[in-house]
Amino acid sequence: MSSLTDDLIAVLGRDRVHDGVAHRSLYRKDASNMEGATSVVCLPRTTDEVRACVESANRHGVPFVARGSGTGLAGGAVPLDGEVVISLSRMTDIVSVDPVNRRAWVQPGVLNLDLSNQLQHLGVHFAPDPSSQQTCSIGGNVANNSGGPHCLAEGVTNAHVLAVKVVLPDGSVTVLGGDDPEPVGYDLRGVFVGSEGMLGIATEVCVKLTQNYPAVRTMLMDFADVSDGAATVSGIIAAGMVPAAIEMMDQLCLEAVEAYIHAGLPVESAAALLVEVVGLPHELEHQVERIVAIAHEHRVNDVRVAQDEAERQLLWKGRKSAFGAIANIEPDYYLHDTVVPRSKLPDVLEQIYEIARRHELQVLNVFHAGDGNLHPLLVYDARIPGTIERVHAAGREIVEASVAAGGALSGEHGIGLEKRDYMHLMFSDVDLAAQNALRCAFDPEMRANPGKVLPSPSSCAEINAIPKPEGAWI
Amino acid sequence: MDLTEFAEEVGAAGPVTIAGLATRGGPVDGVRTVMAPTGIEAFTPDEMTVRCGAGTPMEELDDALARHGQAVVIPPTGTVGGALAVGRSGLRRLGYGPMRDALLQARFVNAAGELVTAGGPTVKNVSGFDLCRLLVGSWGTLGFLAEVLLRTRPLSAFEQWFTSTADPDQLLRSLYRPTSVLWDGSHAWILLEGHRDDVLAQAAEHDLTPADPPAELPTGGRWSMPPSELASLVGRDGRFVAEMGVGIVHHERPAPAPTVDASIVELHRRIKARFDPTGRLNPGVDVLARS
Ligand SMILES: Cc1cc2nc3c(=O)[nH]c(=O)nc-3n(C[C@H](O)[C@H](O)[C@H](O)COP(=O)(O)OP(=O)(O)OC[C@H]3O[C@@H](n4cnc5c(N)ncnc54)[C@H](O)[C@@H]3O)c2cc1C
Repeated sequence: MSSLTDDLIAVLGRDRVHDGVAHRSLYRKDASNMEGATSVVCLPRTTDEVRACVESANRHGVPFVARGSGTGLAGGAVPLDGEVVISLSRMTDIVSVDPVNRRAWVQPGVLNLDLSNQLQHLGVHFAPDPSSQQTCSIGGNVANNSGGPHCLAEGVTNAHVLAVKVVLPDGSVTVLGGDDPEPVGYDLRGVFVGSEGMLGIATEVCVKLTQNYPAVRTMLMDFADVSDGAATVSGIIAAGMVPAAIEMMDQLCLEAVEAYIHAGLPVESAAALLVEVVGLPHELEHQVERIVAIAHEHRVNDVRVAQDEAERQLLWKGRKSAFGAIANIEPDYYLHDTVVPRSKLPDVLEQIYEIARRHELQVLNVFHAGDGNLHPLLVYDARIPGTIERVHAAGREIVEASVAAGGALSGEHGIGLEKRDYMHLMFSDVDLAAQNALRCAFDPEMRANPGKVLPSPSSCAEINAIPKPEGAWI
Repeated sequence: MDLTEFAEEVGAAGPVTIAGLATRGGPVDGVRTVMAPTGIEAFTPDEMTVRCGAGTPMEELDDALARHGQAVVIPPTGTVGGALAVGRSGLRRLGYGPMRDALLQARFVNAAGELVTAGGPTVKNVSGFDLCRLLVGSWGTLGFLAEVLLRTRPLSAFEQWFTSTADPDQLLRSLYRPTSVLWDGSHAWILLEGHRDDVLAQAAEHDLTPADPPAELPTGGRWSMPPSELASLVGRDGRFVAEMGVGIVHHERPAPAPTVDASIVELHRRIKARFDPTGRLNPGVDVLARS
């Protein structure tokens, strides 16, 4: 029998199949600090080619891992044990656009920001805006159900995906969901979004496009106390407003970013909120007025309103360059992602500071405050012996504290490898068996991205979500 | 009734069906019938979430939410669980999005009579496979909803229906986020919401005339079409009102039978076999045959 690599070369040609050391080492990890091993990397350009890659892998009994841009932070695209990596990065076409009904079919390798930039002339954009939007792919966004600051009002990726053309784990090709609003049957589109490459490979996505805003107002508000900032967030929501974005940065983060971009950020303050309101002029003015009033009720120091687009861009740059800025503090960072009810923000933030203190680590917080999505960023120097262990111990406590506060394990980065073994914190065995049942319906042989998300048994035969009762009625 | 009692009632063996208020067809005939727990457990306006029994009437829920200026994106008839199990959005889908996005977390009873939690307790969550998505529109064939956590939304300060004879595609292109645009082939009805002055300014700019919404919608069939194909309805047999930009058509004639890909049929078979191997939940209901 020919080798798997030979089979893949027969399909894609030699220049799009790589089993050399350089490629294998590049594709054995993503943007997390986890790594595994791949035997061969292939770069298909069409749905048919993806199918042929999957079929080749299946023939050789080797599982496969889909990969977009590799910016995932939970190890989702990390091949654990010699899997074939199927990279969608060559599939970058915008296939068709319907500007009236605001939707487009795109290939999964299209980069998030490229999509919005290329459609700008139509007055639309793709709403989910992860901080990694210059480099992450639409396929990765779909697989991770990614979010971003502007998902507060617009919703995360799932709300912006109408249909997905997929290559299923057995190599068959079909469309989940549809360009029509009520395709018959179960919402298979809905479960595919966020399935982290375990239900098949997306080879074309029908995305919903969002009308650009007629007017925008961006404000930076700073507070002497983190809990005043957090209370302002709850106050805004309680008043019946859902601004386009409400982001928070704490003092250490403000300092780091200010040193990096010199935007005149309030570095003396304990926390700052970046609030963006969009829409038609009267509603916008009305909301800005009420939001400022709520901030004053909670002792805001200063409200800085961006005077023009340049200043608005600068404030957003401050928010989005946090990751670059921290490189000036310590060489390494570990970014966490949990969610808590908005009203628990002050409480859980306090716990996070305490956990970091106890483990002698520095922590910066820069996060989507509007939906309670925390991003504690632990900064450290991995060269110092014992540090990594402390980082992991602190991380675990942060996750536990968030779940204990009535929260969730992840708000947007996904479970992947990173949090697979934390799933029990949030779900019972019965809950997990139900998730496994879905996975096994799509992939009974566990060929697609095995070993992720679910702390799983070794085969689908072992999974018996519904034990058949003795003498059951059939 | 608490959730455990409900789970016990569903039990682990024998055919069983679930009833709401029968506004959408009701339970399966001749099968033991259960009803989901009712009542609002927790409404937290500053989280914009509400937790309630799946058997809670929509009317009761809407009233409680409206007292705090909020609402859910679920059509106002029947029970919460019934509406979710059927999964059909209302006339405001263009502006509010589909109702499936309202379900954040569900506790449901599976075919073994166990309580299962799907989704997460917060407005944002990507922890594991989101079984809530599978439950919405599943017609009670995979599990019976017991309790749900829903996302709420603020009621707008002002809303007004208008009518227009302009090309509906043109209206879709140029209006800023209308909540609904309906069209019967010659007239359009437009629902605008927001600040009163913005609504009136948009109406003036687009020559819209205040009007009532269409008095009644044709009920012969509920069609689901790609919205780009709605124009093709004109000149064909039968009166219709189409949801522009969405693709739902309220038609005098029954909907054409959908074609379903063999892979999709197979996935449905496998999902049902995994979740309800003996076919005891809502026996005889075929989600692929519905239209
Ligand atoms: C600096 C930085 C900032 C970030 N900020 C955010 C943020 O604000 N919000 C946020 O949500 N995320 C954020 N992320 C995480 C990451 O960018 C997102 O999860 C992104 O959507 C991943 O896209 P990708 O193309 O890089 O996917 P990859 O990392 O390549 O893959 C991610 C997962 O998707 C699967 N996958 C990829 N393509 C496909 C496909 N076509 N079909 C099926 N499965 C597929 C993979 O198997 C894997 O499980 C950030 C990451 C970094 C490094």
